[in-house]
Order: sequence, then structure tokens, then C-alpha cells
Amino acid sequence: MALSVIARLDPGSRAAKRGMSDLAIRNLFIIPTITFLIVFNIFPLLYSLGYSFTDFRASTNAPAKFVGLDNYKFLLNDEFIWRNFTITAKYVIISVTGQVIVGFGMAMLLNRDIPLKGLITTLLMLPMMLSMAVVGLFWKLLYDPSFGIINYGLGLGKFEWLADPDVALYAVALTDIWMWSPFVMLLSLAGLSAVPKHLYEAAEIDRAGSFYTFTRITLPLVAPILMIAIIFRTMEAFKTFDMAYILSSQPTTELIAIRLYKMAFLEWQTGQSSAFAYIVLIMVVAITNLYVKYLNKVKER
Amino acid sequence: MKTNFKNLMAGAAICAMSSTSLAAEELVIFWAEWDPANFLQELVNEYEEVSGVEVIVETTPWSDFQTKAFTEFNARGDAYDMIVGDSQWLGAASTGGHYVDLTEFFAEHNLAEVMAPATVKYYAEYPGNSGSYWAVPAEGDAVGWSYRKDWFEDPAEMAAFNEKYGYDLAPPATWAELLDIAEFFHRPDEDRYGVAIYTDNSYDAMVMGVENAIFSYGADLGDFETYEVDGYINSPAAVQALEDYKRLYGYTPPGWAKTFFVENNQAITEGLTAMSMNYFAFFPALLNEATNPHAAHTGFFANPAGPTGAQFAALGGQGISVVSYSDKQEESMKFLEWFISDDVQKRWAELGGYTAHAKTLESDEFRNATPYNEAFYQTMFKVKDFWAVPEFAELLTSANQRLYPFIVGNEGTAQETMDALAADWEATFKKYGRTE
Repeated sequence: MALSVIARLDPGSRAAKRGMSDLAIRNLFIIPTITFLIVFNIFPLLYSLGYSFTDFRASTNAPAKFVGLDNYKFLLNDEFIWRNFTITAKYVIISVTGQVIVGFGMAMLLNRDIPLKGLITTLLMLPMMLSMAVVGLFWKLLYDPSFGIINYGLGLGKFEWLADPDVALYAVALTDIWMWSPFVMLLSLAGLSAVPKHLYEAAEIDRAGSFYTFTRITLPLVAPILMIAIIFRTMEAFKTFDMAYILSSQPTTELIAIRLYKMAFLEWQTGQSSAFAYIVLIMVVAITNLYVKYLNKVKER
Repeated sequence: MKTNFKNLMAGAAICAMSSTSLAAEELVIFWAEWDPANFLQELVNEYEEVSGVEVIVETTPWSDFQTKAFTEFNARGDAYDMIVGDSQWLGAASTGGHYVDLTEFFAEHNLAEVMAPATVKYYAEYPGNSGSYWAVPAEGDAVGWSYRKDWFEDPAEMAAFNEKYGYDLAPPATWAELLDIAEFFHRPDEDRYGVAIYTDNSYDAMVMGVENAIFSYGADLGDFETYEVDGYINSPAAVQALEDYKRLYGYTPPGWAKTFFVENNQAITEGLTAMSMNYFAFFPALLNEATNPHAAHTGFFANPAGPTGAQFAALGGQGISVVSYSDKQEESMKFLEWFISDDVQKRWAELGGYTAHAKTLESDEFRNATPYNEAFYQTMFKVKDFWAVPEFAELLTSANQRLYPFIVGNEGTAQETMDALAADWEATFKKYGRTE
């Protein structure tokens, strides 16, 4: 299908008038991309796969020694690594669920005729436009127990958002929810506005309740696009690094990306961290595949 | 298109040529971003006057310092000619071939005696007692304490303290007194707290803090020659030290869970705590009225003694090494020769640098120059340091993973924590073939 699109060039187009062939156009667009992918993605990917079976350390001159599956064995048996995985899973669930609830809720509220709708939507999207590191720095100040505005505003006294190991992960997730709910909102809004109005009219004629209308009409029709939002957010949440790294150094908020960074660039265990990165990659691919399968199922319905 | 390309190439060539011609009289020293680096820049400006060689001190924030330096090393890059590296890097940087061997330079200038012995041992020599030297001690540093003199000298406080503890309120001479005073001044409802300590677990901050207790309690991290750790790091003295460090954490201001030198100086400038642990290098800012409203009321003391009377402090500070990928090694050596001369070291101390130069350190002029110089002088002869082996970062990670949950998260007991840490370190040393 894709090929048939590429192969034929509109004879009236400017490119055709300049005498460029279909093939030339295709090469012009595709070859740089492919080269870029190979040099910066595929090659390092394969190279690091090789490293993951060695005890290579980039910080020394010692030659890399082949150690077979030792790195993988060590990592999968390390209690701290498992803790990192559990923390990450918890973080992904909390923050993605939160974003879907808040984002979808906002979309429902905005999906009607209200004055200044465009302006409100734009303003709501502001958090998303900030850099992750900046958000981390800001929220660290907002959460501060001595002078932070959150405790002041909510009257929480000296509540320790980031210093309390049991609360810190929720605090980080909350920041992520604040930042990325607008993204879910945006996609949901697109989905919601695409739901044919006549379905609602028909439901009204049949005197269907609002809950019934929501679960039987709105949700199923928005589901595919909502799933796409969830896939994006899950992948992003899985690799969260900068925000969490800046906000807190609690072991209870040490996500896999942070552990991986420390292993690779503080300890310089290049071989072992390559193996670690592969384990993470396999997990992300597996989870994404599950989602995509589910997405296709939803679309078929 | 072709002419454009030609022009571009010509431009690039000119740029390249001009940068090389500049580089011939330019040396770059890499260090972390802090006051001593600014003092060093001032000092090396004087070198330009003497030699005509421009020396630039390039800096990066502390949190990136190690990563950035080693990224450059690993790439065999020549961006830096010299580097003022952390003492723990010696093992990794010398065995990795990143530093130029300075043993001959040391012998030629008798540096092992010119510089204070502790600084030579920890900033320059690797492996321990091998007689191989890799750096010229540049910035001596160790952990000391600052305190609020006005709180300590308040007659009402003094009477109340004597009533409660049975002795006079004064800067603590022992860790037991330190704990009493921290408890005494800890009054959350008045927004006053006992003490500020290091708790940041991202690099070596918290470990340094705990080391202050461990070393003064008479314990050690391990045997630096045999790499034996069981019975050292989990000895009763070390366990007690950790327990007391955790007790101190209970007397810190709220949210004190990721703190290092910035926060600990803030604790004094913001009037939050009675005492604060910090490196001597950060004390000048506390005496400056512009940065510390309580400057007139800030005093200093050396890390107190432990229950057995042993008194040590965790070492900070760095030595200057020549990067082996630099093509200006000869020029760098000439610079180092200038740097170690008596006059320059004296000037270095005047500018605010903490010299490691024994003669300067011992001079009355230096010891009376500031309220903390005497404490610094005393401390520099009783410092101990973390492991300097190439795998130090892994050892730090284990320490952070074990110590932090106990101190901040209240998980497990001190004994369990130290036993687990000893096991981790044993496994690491075994992995690198240092022990059987």
C-alpha cells in the first residue's frame, strides 16, 4: 500500500516539472533518513549488543573480555535492579492512569460550546511545552516544605513531599501528571469531536441515561485514539529520567533510566549497562506490542 | 552550489588555522564550578604575565564534573591539558592511562615533603604506598563545621543547656556533645533546627558525611592494602557511628533529604540550624556579609572526636594532573613547576585557595588569616579518604544504596546496613580480582 503511494508522482507537481523522476524523489527523501537511522540507531544498537556480552569499561584501557551471559545473569539476580523495575512499573501505572483520568476529564469538559474555548485549550497545554528539567526544578521549589507554595496553599504545614521516601514517588508522578495530562486531553479532544452527533441524538430519543451514553457511545468510539495516547505516555513514562533525577534522589524514586545512567556514566560499567539497556528495550518492545495488539482489537470492534 | 561549498571549506580552514595558532599559547585546566576555581583563574592570570602563556580554568557544575571529565578521557580527547580531579579518581585515571605519571616530577622537586603528607598520600599517590604519583596537591580540603556563635553564647540558652546536660554549652569537642547540642537546639515549632548534614546520595556527599562519624569513632572503611572489609565497615564502632549519624538526621530541618554543600551553607545563612557540616572551601562565603546575614555570628570548629578520642575528618580537595592525551604536556609541566613554587603557593593561599603546601600551611600568617584557617590546618593532618580504586564509583553506589534507606528511610538496623554493605563491597573486590 505504502509503495503505491510513493511510486506515482503527480505529473502536475513542481517536482515533476523540474524533471525529477519518481525514483529520484524517493531517494532524496528516504536515503538520508535511512543513513541517519543506520549510523545513529542501528549501528550503536548492534554494537552495544556486542558489548553487553563483555566486561568492557569505557573508562579503562583494558581490552573487553567476553563473559557470555554473565551480565544478564547478574542484573536479573540483583535485588536493587528488581526494585528499580518495581518502582518504574508503579510509576508508569500511577502517572499514566492519572494522566488519562485528568486528561480525558478535561477533554469532556472542553468538548462543548463554551466561550474562549480556544484560549483555554491553549493555556491548558502550556505545561507540555516546558522542558522536563525546568519542570523538575520548578516543582522542587513548589514542593519545598519550608517555603513551597503547595504546602502553603493546601495548609499542609511542613509536609515532606520529596524527603519522605513513601511519598516521593507519588510527588514525582503528580508532576508528570500535571505536565502530560494536556497531551492526553488533546488527543481525547480530537477523538471526542469525531464522534458523530447523530449517535447522541439517537440515544437521546431512546432516552438513554448519560452514563449509558458515555460507556456505550463515547468511550468505545474514543478508545482507539485514547489507546494511542496511552501507548505514547507509557513509553515516555517508562524512560522518565530528567524530571525524576532533578526532583528526588530517594531510592524509592530510582527509575530504571536513572539506574542505567548511573551504571553507564558514573560507574562506567559499559558492558553491564549495555546488557541492562537491552533488558529495558525488550521490555518496552514487549509492552508496546501488547498495547498495539489490543489497539487493533479495539479498532476492529 | 559548488562555489558555496568552496567558500564554506575555505571558511572552515581559516577557523581551524586561527584556533591552532591561538592554542599554541593556551593551556586549559578543567575543574568544578566553585569559588576555588575562580581563585585559581585569578592566580593563573599572573602566570600569563610571567610566561605569556594564557591559562584558562574551565568549569562545570559538581554534579557533572566526574561524568564530563571521564567522557573526555574515554574519548582520548585533548580538550583539557590539566585537570583538577577528585582524589577518588586516581585509581581509575592512572590505571586507565588518562593521567601522566608525575613520579619523576615529584622526585625532582621533592614534592612528597614540600606538600603536607596527608595531601600527598590521598591526592597524589596510587596505589597506596607505591611511590607512584599522578597529581600535584592543589586544593586541600576536608569537612569541618560552622555554628551560630550568637545562639551558643546566649546566656539564657547557656543556662538552660547546663541545666539539662550538666556541662557548659560550647562548640562540641566530641560527637556525644555534638548530638546533645543538636538535640538541644532542635525546635521545629520555633522554625529552628539542630544541625545540617549531608544527605545527597547521588555521588559522594552523604558518604563523606557518614565517613566523618566512622573515622572519628575509630573505625575504617576497610584495609586499603588487602581490601578486607568484613570486620572494618561493620565493626561495632562503625555501626555506632552510623546510628549516631542517623540520630543527627532527626535534628535536621524538614525536607533535608537531598542536601550537599549548597543546602548546608543555606542552613546557616537562612538562620535555620545551630550547626552545619561543610567543606572548608565553602566557609569563605559564610564570612561574607553580602552572602550571610549572620556572618558576624558564625564560628567554626573541626570535626569532633569520637568516643575513643580518635579524631579524623573526611577528605575533600583535589590535585592537578596532566592529561595524557594533551599535546601540550611539556608546557603543562612548566606551569606546574611555577605553581609549586613557594611564592605562588603563598599567593594561592592569599587569594582564598586552600594550599597543600606544608610551609605555607604552618606559617602563622596563614593560620591567623581567617577564623577557620586554624581548624583547617589542624584538620589537614588528620584526614582519611574513601577508596581510590578504579571501581570506586561502584563502591559509592553500594554505599548510597545501603546507607540512604537506613538514614533517611528508617529501613532496617545499623548492623544490618553495615553487614550488607560489607557483603556488597566484598563482592565488588572479588569481581575485580582484588581478593580471593
